[in-house]
Amino acid sequence: MRIAIIDTSAGRAAVISDGLRDAGLHDLILVDTTRPLVAQIEAAAPDVVLINLENPSRDLLEDFFAMSRALARPIAMFVDQSDAEATGAAIDAGVSAYVVDGLSKQRIKPVIDLAVRRFQAFSRLQRELDDAKNALAERAVIDKAKAILMKRRQIDEPAAYALLRGQAMRTNRRISEIAEAIVTSEALMGDME
Amino acid sequence: MTSETFRIGFLPLVDAALPILAHELGFAAREGLTIELVRDMTWATVRDRLLYGHTDAAHMIAPLAIATTLGRDRPPVPLAVPFVLGLNGNAVTFSTRLAEEVELGEALGDPLAIGAALKRVAATRAAAGKPLRFGVVHRYSSHNYMLRYWLAGVGVRPDQDVEIIVTSPPFAADALAAGDVDGICVGEPWNSIAVDRGVGHIALATAQIWRRGVEKVLAMREAVLDERREEVEALVRAVHAAAAHFIEPGAAEESADILARPEYLDAPQDAILRAITDRIRLTPGGDPIHYPDFMFQYREAANFPWRSQAAWLYSQMVRWDYMAFDSAEAAAASDVFRPDIYRAALAGSGAPLPGASSKLEGGLHEPIGAGSTQGRLTLGSDRFFDGRAFDPDDIQAYLAELP
Repeated sequence: MRIAIIDTSAGRAAVISDGLRDAGLHDLILVDTTRPLVAQIEAAAPDVVLINLENPSRDLLEDFFAMSRALARPIAMFVDQSDAEATGAAIDAGVSAYVVDGLSKQRIKPVIDLAVRRFQAFSRLQRELDDAKNALAERAVIDKAKAILMKRRQIDEPAAYALLRGQAMRTNRRISEIAEAIVTSEALMGDME
Repeated sequence: MTSETFRIGFLPLVDAALPILAHELGFAAREGLTIELVRDMTWATVRDRLLYGHTDAAHMIAPLAIATTLGRDRPPVPLAVPFVLGLNGNAVTFSTRLAEEVELGEALGDPLAIGAALKRVAATRAAAGKPLRFGVVHRYSSHNYMLRYWLAGVGVRPDQDVEIIVTSPPFAADALAAGDVDGICVGEPWNSIAVDRGVGHIALATAQIWRRGVEKVLAMREAVLDERREEVEALVRAVHAAAAHFIEPGAAEESADILARPEYLDAPQDAILRAITDRIRLTPGGDPIHYPDFMFQYREAANFPWRSQAAWLYSQMVRWDYMAFDSAEAAAASDVFRPDIYRAALAGSGAPLPGASSKLEGGLHEPIGAGSTQGRLTLGSDRFFDGRAFDPDDIQAYLAELP
């Protein structure tokens, strides 16, 4: 079974193809989304096409599939009315797929399920990465604010942090918000003595 | 989320205006509804979200609602259309080069004359092994059917003399700029954006091909309509009120401001405003011309889902999918349009309600009073450019006569 992967995120495409390979599916085509898709799909003649739901080329691709049906190479959406729940999960995860007509459901389902799990894992990783980035950025701002307070008030670091923390608790805001306000006002008014 | 919330999918197009304005200007709230808008970039994504419950309703090209119901290219899922979001509002835009070759003028030309010139160019290009290529927004779009109707009517055979490919609306102007296509048939503001970028010249408004051509619809799964019948009627009233407001002369600026925002069309306000006010800039740097029939969002009961409109779209689906006419499919296609829901929703509101659910399409050559069970209704000319009329009760005879 030959599977083509079309994903506007190269990272996610890699994560999915790794997963498929681990599951023993080695006949994979990673489609280059910076080049015309249809020619690549036509050349690869895949049995299954995995694509991200929001891929901007989907209307073009579906037209191509409809045309190729006219050329006796039937391709249909994998979605099956009897399996609405699994399809819903795929849509939730952001995966869509097209499958050559006639391929058995038993063979397709594991591929789709795997793609869904990998999409979900990728989103989770992305979120964790974003959170980590935010945490890093927050720490940097807090450090800057502490330095400003230490210089202005001639206090040491624990005292500067205690000031930030106290203000955050009194005003029911996050420490990073207080720190950001300090850094901003320093940028605007720092040279006013 | 309460049960009174409707999540509505849309593509960034001027004719997504009614659900957007129903939300922004309080028409939905007045009906006790909350609208959440979900923006996408392809019709395939809009359709998938609708089918699997990510959205409750969608701004959709009318033929796609029919194709989905009939199960073209996928398992069938019955959709229902209780409200038409507008008539026409699209254009055929040529690349600068093609515009020169067919000698487009400064005004909107005659479809027959432009067609004759295009036929010559198409023949030359085909002979040189580089056939003209047009982009339409979807295989199952009114754009595809309008363009093909015109081309075939002037002796240019789609799929033989010219190629027709798909370019999603937000990428149509790019495709024209890159030389991937020689012309596009797309909704606004994407024609105007092509003109403003200096890469295109508007050749025709689709209203010149069919003066009252059905365009986007408000589509939902039939099951959702059945389960939430009263709320759907409230939604119909909300978008109908938004439509009445939309065509008020003083409303255009504000509507354009709202639609231009990044979360909606994310496009220049002035291009949107021109479309809303039926003022179309045809050539780069030219003065906009006024073409009052450009788009219809309310007048002449434009929002009424005529079953005969769905039947015409089905006739074109048979024609261009090169499939045989099937009377059961024809009936199923007409059943997608639900004038019964429209009437129930607006009974007692004073809005004109046509007495019939189906009509001869293309039969009116001048404005005429039409039978109505409520309010006064006048219908303007709904001519096709070739003068043919479509009788929804005899689709096969109509198909047999078409070129």
